[in-house]
Amino acid sequence: MLEIKNLTCGYDSGFLLKDINLKVEKGELTGIIGPNGSGKTTLLRAITRVIGPQKGEILLEKENIERFSFKELAKKIAVVSQNSVADFMTVEEFVLLGRIPHRRRLQFLETKVDERIAQEAMALTGTIQLKERFIGDLSCGERQLVVIARALAQEPRLLLLDEPTSHLDIAHQVKILDLIKKLNKNGLTVIIVLHELNLASQYCDRLILFNNGFIYKAGPPQKVLTYEIIEEVYKTVVLVKENPISSKPYVFLVSEEERQKKGGA
Amino acid sequence: MRNKLIYWLIWILVLGGILLGISIFSLSVGSAGIPVKKIVFLILEGKGTTEYSIIFDIRLPRILLGFAIGGALSLAGVILQGMFRNPLVEPYTLGISGGAALGVCLNIVLRLHQTFGIFTLPLFGFLGASLVILLEYSLSIRRGILKIQGLLLTGVMISFIASSLIMLIMAVSRVEDLHGIVFWMMGSLEEPNWFLIKSVVLVSILGLIISYVFCLDLNAFSLGEEEALHLGINIERTKRLLFILASLLTGCSVSIAGIIGFVGLVVPHFVRMFVGGDHRILLVSCFLCGAGFLIFCDTLARTIISPMELPIGVITGILGGCLFVYALSKKQVLLGEK
Repeated sequence: MLEIKNLTCGYDSGFLLKDINLKVEKGELTGIIGPNGSGKTTLLRAITRVIGPQKGEILLEKENIERFSFKELAKKIAVVSQNSVADFMTVEEFVLLGRIPHRRRLQFLETKVDERIAQEAMALTGTIQLKERFIGDLSCGERQLVVIARALAQEPRLLLLDEPTSHLDIAHQVKILDLIKKLNKNGLTVIIVLHELNLASQYCDRLILFNNGFIYKAGPPQKVLTYEIIEEVYKTVVLVKENPISSKPYVFLVSEEERQKKGGA
Repeated sequence: MRNKLIYWLIWILVLGGILLGISIFSLSVGSAGIPVKKIVFLILEGKGTTEYSIIFDIRLPRILLGFAIGGALSLAGVILQGMFRNPLVEPYTLGISGGAALGVCLNIVLRLHQTFGIFTLPLFGFLGASLVILLEYSLSIRRGILKIQGLLLTGVMISFIASSLIMLIMAVSRVEDLHGIVFWMMGSLEEPNWFLIKSVVLVSILGLIISYVFCLDLNAFSLGEEEALHLGINIERTKRLLFILASLLTGCSVSIAGIIGFVGLVVPHFVRMFVGGDHRILLVSCFLCGAGFLIFCDTLARTIISPMELPIGVITGILGGCLFVYALSKKQVLLGEK
């Protein structure tokens, strides 16, 4: 589905992603984790052509993404990013914006098909009863669902999410990720940037751990989330145990006070 | 969609009706009042009478010019506000008016309009405006990317520089030139040249048509540049073309009518409160509303202390500002907040 070969890219300020090689198969749910500033969001921006590569290439369905127009790319890849909210729009108007890449030239009005697809996207994300409400009046959790609905209205084959669960309570975190899992089961390929390691462990088939612009480790959660690797990358003392229900790794934090107690004893 | 379309059509009809009403009102009032009923008769068979020439040679040109310039400035305002996602941006923020004013000042001081004819005034205005546009554009482009915030700051700085230069010119210029400069800068819809009037009308209507090519792009822009890109908008091309379009609309208006403030700032806000933030209806509504507003202001300007005439900027500022503050206190809808 997506293949990144020897990608080097970055900003004028000097931050770089260096020599990234990555392959995402169709139907996979890939999680990207790593400390703040390790290059997770930069990778998403490279995949959506917000920033261009300095070296290497990104292939989408075996075709270099530079060969697509922005519009063609937007029909294949949809992005749920951290700050994409316009408060003065109604939910329905906002979700219909997702149909923009499918418009023909000089087509101003939505067709019946556009409306149907937007309805379906809202139904799937459970936001259809909100459709007349203004985005500004919604709670954080509802907003995030609406943003996902807009991305789905693009009918993408690859969905990128940049920390969709930040600022949400655990109920909404689970709700959003359950939804993403469901979409993934229906055949959508998903790449998701997550901060919360335990959510990543629970939901992703494969994790990619970034550190300082490199891929530090990639593989199934059991391989990536070991205490040695986490302590090395995050420079924090942790304890990793198995979740008794899912048997996925679970990361426990240890406060400084506890550490000293342990050390003293 | 059907409901929305009907809703939009109603708005267009309402605004168009208001515009038409204001135009007829403007045709009939003035130092020589002509009853509305008589206007139809005069247009059909009044050729040769004084009233006929008042309507066709004095009032109609002003109305047409008001239509074109009010429309163009409002359109430029709504495009720029949408593109910059900043409710304080207006056509004059970008320094285009400053450039035009500087061009005209130079022309007046160097007495070029006396040697080469009065048409050099708008020409110099337009040259000044174009120069500023080019300058800003090349200063704000970095590695093929048009930096929007940089553009805005450069524009504000160029405005300051231009106004300082104008002050310098005014300080050293002769008294009789001073009057010309001040008069031009206050703005007026007085324009005897039919060719210029027709060109501005054409430019503003073309501008409206072209802006519709970008109406969905502008909708996507309201989510931010990067989000617009995720929706498949070629943001660099769109930003450039919209900037050039808005600049040309402003440059044409300013070079012919002088600096008529406030229209491009207030009208988009005002219209957005009523029709909402969707640019598919917003663009045409702003055009119609701006046109009507300017014609109305001009009518007031020439009748309030008739036979004397007030500068139109006085009316647009006072009337627009008061209306706007009132509406704002009633309904909190600004760009980006509800």
